[in-house]
Amino acid sequence: MAGPRTDHHVILRVVAKPLIPIIALFALYVHFHGDYSPGGGFQAGVIIVVAVVLYALIFGITPAMRAVPPVFARSLAALGFIIFAGVGVWALIMGGNFLDYDVLFNEEPGGHMGQHYGIIAVEVGVLFAVAGSMLSIFYAFAGRVTEIKDEDW
Amino acid sequence: MIAGYSGADLAIALINVLLLGLLFVIGVAIARMRSLFAIVMLSGIYSLISATWFVALDAVDVAFTEAAVGAGISTALLLGAMLLTARTAKPEPFARSIVPILVVIATGAMLVYATIDLPAFGDPDSPANTYVGTDYLERTPQEIAVPNIVTAVLASYRGFDTLGETGVVFTAALAVILLLGFGERSLSATFNRKKDKK
Repeated sequence: MAGPRTDHHVILRVVAKPLIPIIALFALYVHFHGDYSPGGGFQAGVIIVVAVVLYALIFGITPAMRAVPPVFARSLAALGFIIFAGVGVWALIMGGNFLDYDVLFNEEPGGHMGQHYGIIAVEVGVLFAVAGSMLSIFYAFAGRVTEIKDEDW
Repeated sequence: MIAGYSGADLAIALINVLLLGLLFVIGVAIARMRSLFAIVMLSGIYSLISATWFVALDAVDVAFTEAAVGAGISTALLLGAMLLTARTAKPEPFARSIVPILVVIATGAMLVYATIDLPAFGDPDSPANTYVGTDYLERTPQEIAVPNIVTAVLASYRGFDTLGETGVVFTAALAVILLLGFGERSLSATFNRKKDKK
């Protein structure tokens, strides 16, 4: 990419490098704390993608595609949707209605394990689907322009 | 003191006026601008300010989503889309913008007229706070046992809606992929073209 003469984004790179893992960690916090505070799979998925997009913007699209391959992104999107719909089918198999978490574990009335794990599974599905879809969209756009020169802006 | 407001209420009212005024100014600026880069950046700022406004309205979940999706990923995606096209929008002749301006003014006037019938903000007797909303608030501790009622409604009571939303996001990604390709193949094609030129 940029040689020593043209690399004047060194401050950007140094600042972004520690930020990216923090953003990813924050996404996980938002996801797993979604039961207690604002947030959940949707927001967490978007935030995780922002970490990858930031990496792609600063270090280039090719290293980003090497770190998180596009085929992984689109498989993740499909897997997420399958997890969500699969929880619904699981409830169907257990004899309840589609997405009725109460029947997931055949528990007594008043038990909340089905609701608890059902919501967690569904949120994981949303996280995967949103993160994979957003990243696929970003790759589709970004794959068309190789290097953005400064005079392009 | 302004009539009808006192103390904290006045502060919140002033913050609301300030944020909505900022949104209005940014909206006008976006409509008048021609540089797509500036428009994309301003729309990100628009999302950020509306997220702040949602916090002022106590809709923290909506604010969080607006900040993450509107200001975060949308801005990045719009920048990516902008790089595939020209950097500036063509100037529109004034004669062609008269009809849109009239439509916008008429719609805006109708919306303002409709707000007269809306219940007051936070009114406990409003339709949104009486029927199904109170039901969710009362039943969630027994039925779902999740502290955040928004999560209970989103993932459990309205699970079908959320499944549909996830499907919409997935379909959007599919549509973009069908139109533009996966990304890696077009990337390597561009690299090969560059090599051929050299």
